[in-house]
Amino acid sequence: MDLSLSPEYEAFREEVAAFLDANKDKAPTPGDGGMKNPKRLAWQKLLIENGLTARTIPTEYGGYGAAPDILKSRIIAEEFARTGMQGGLAGQGISMLVPTLLELGTEEQKQAYIKPTLEGEIVWCQGYSEPGSGSDLASLTTKAHIDGDDYVINGQKIWTSTARQADMIFCLVRTEPDAKKHEGISYLLFSMDSPGIEVRPLVDMTLAANFNEVFFTDVRVPRTQIVGKPGEGWMVANATLTHERGMLGDPNAAKTRLLRIAELMQRETVDGQRLIDNPVFRDRLVALQARVYAMQANGLRITTSRLKKESPGLAGLIVKLQGCELNHELARLAIDAMGEFGLLYEDSPYLRDFGEWQAKYMYDLGLIIGGGTAQIQKNIISERGLGMPREPKPAAA
Amino acid sequence: MEFALSDDQRMFQDSVKGFLDEAAPLDTVRKAAGGDAAIPAALSKGLTDLGATQILASEDHGGLGLGLLDAVLVQEALGAAVAPGDHLSAALALIGIASAGAAEQQAVWLPKIASGEVRFGVAVKERTGARDGAGVSSDDGKLTGKSLFALDTSQATHILVCDTEGRLHIAEASASGLTRNTLTTIDKTRDYAELVFDKVAATALAGENEPGLAADKMISAGRLLLAADTLGAAQTMLDKAVAYALERKQFNRVIGSFQSVKHLCAEMAAHLEPARALVWHAAHAKDKDMEEAEIMVLLAKSHLAEIGAFIARTATEVHGGMGFTDLLGLHYWFKRIGANRQLFGGPEQLRDEAARLQGWA
Repeated sequence: MDLSLSPEYEAFREEVAAFLDANKDKAPTPGDGGMKNPKRLAWQKLLIENGLTARTIPTEYGGYGAAPDILKSRIIAEEFARTGMQGGLAGQGISMLVPTLLELGTEEQKQAYIKPTLEGEIVWCQGYSEPGSGSDLASLTTKAHIDGDDYVINGQKIWTSTARQADMIFCLVRTEPDAKKHEGISYLLFSMDSPGIEVRPLVDMTLAANFNEVFFTDVRVPRTQIVGKPGEGWMVANATLTHERGMLGDPNAAKTRLLRIAELMQRETVDGQRLIDNPVFRDRLVALQARVYAMQANGLRITTSRLKKESPGLAGLIVKLQGCELNHELARLAIDAMGEFGLLYEDSPYLRDFGEWQAKYMYDLGLIIGGGTAQIQKNIISERGLGMPREPKPAAA
Repeated sequence: MEFALSDDQRMFQDSVKGFLDEAAPLDTVRKAAGGDAAIPAALSKGLTDLGATQILASEDHGGLGLGLLDAVLVQEALGAAVAPGDHLSAALALIGIASAGAAEQQAVWLPKIASGEVRFGVAVKERTGARDGAGVSSDDGKLTGKSLFALDTSQATHILVCDTEGRLHIAEASASGLTRNTLTTIDKTRDYAELVFDKVAATALAGENEPGLAADKMISAGRLLLAADTLGAAQTMLDKAVAYALERKQFNRVIGSFQSVKHLCAEMAAHLEPARALVWHAAHAKDKDMEEAEIMVLLAKSHLAEIGAFIARTATEVHGGMGFTDLLGLHYWFKRIGANRQLFGGPEQLRDEAARLQGWA
């Protein structure tokens, strides 16, 4: 057990800190909105050039080309968190499609898409879920048949984040209707400007309309736009789902949230008494603190396993379930401690913290459901982590 | 950076587990719970032979000079086996005497504890809150009063007593004026007593400038070790629940193939896995004297109390009616976890202390 960093890494941390300090004027703020805001894109390029994002992606595809080093990645993330500065872009294109293309894409696909995606020039959305295919994603029915050199796509996707802003979509479609359900799917890349695509916003409970429905009517996509072979889409998609789950349930985010709630409870009063002086709320705060610390220690364990190129096992499998639930409960404490003020939303008078605790409380419920529901996570933990059997298939009717 | 056990630590824990598999199977635990005093004595001797009793004694005093993380790993194994015996009290006596004893007192007592020549019980409960007017006062080398929930006193040769001022004293277990009344609790794997002192001759530990610090060190270590004990016990309960669910059939299927049962097991694992990291982290923080070490101990003990209770009841539930019977003996783990939760401060008390330590109260 040794939680210290070697001098090489301490020096690296200082280097990162010095860079961020020297360039803080260039970092975009929440006011610099819009996915292609010039300040954001310039910042992204500067971060790539200095190895602070896209760090391990080969230079030939527009990355920085460093050897993978988990500790350095961790230090970079910690320094961005410490300074509160905007880190590298992290949309679904960068976090999910790029790793997939690196692993399974053709050379042409890598050349065409990775660099502009990293630099924020191409924004992607993910076309996976359908109205009838959520947890049972492999039952999806959006169809693509071959017509000459093209696939022709018909069907509907749902829960498609950023579909209105996206330039491109990576999409699962059924190309082999007679194959078994996992073996009949293909993974296609195509432009969101293609004729026959209609996007309708799907307003979620936060009222922020993060999601969309996407409808395809005879959308034509060249056959070369497939990743992997026809019928291998499920395998290709699973490569990216692993990347997605790693993003959810980050313990450092929970720690930041905990500290902010502790501040809020020391700042806000009721009948002149600070919220933190109410023993019931204080007890809830410390109970959640214990869980945050447990998840942080668990994160250290996972990092160590990765450094040793060992599987983190159960410690890794539980992160999405526990991390999202913990964040949700933290937000609930902030709301409860504020009483009626906890209800205020949008631009109301007396609004606290921009109403973000309600927004987080609702949005986190979305995260508990999305990216593999809590129940699916429990299936995975019990099957892969504890060696319990899968639910037997129902007998054919 | 490495957040993992060393090979030595893993091997040592494996050797303790291996010993307990042989020496403390459930039948043996049952006999000890029924009052067979030879069993805890034999287990204590076995742990000393393995080197486990010597972990927290310095090399100068015949020990191994290891840290709390090493002690935690042994306690985790003891909890996993619900092993009877006074290992915990020996560890706490080593900490108390090393911290409050004058150099010559340390030289006398620590090697004897490490070698098993003397066996200590500890009477420190009142330091974490006195109930029913308990408390021991010291006057001119004599102790008077009572201490409740003294641990491991029935076979002890000596008792380490904390007085109402926080000073530590060593009394002989057979000293005149000392009366021991057994306290019967749900947990039959440990030995709980009321000690009544009537002008009992005792030796004050004389090396401490500020009374209470050594006692608090014992309490802090005790809390961490109880958290580790619960960690081990809860892991066994989860393992037993999964094994039972893979064996028991209903509706022509093993019940472990039903999602309702699988999800209970997944929830137990999801809580237990980060809790293990928390206990290790707290122990390492103590060993390295890290800034938040005391807060982490309080968080670890209170958190393990909560998830311990959850796992104890959930694992029992997975066993269905059989879990409720004496036949499977699952209740020994249930009760040990229940006892660990209350000893040295329950979760609400510890969270209150943690809040105060970080200026939140």
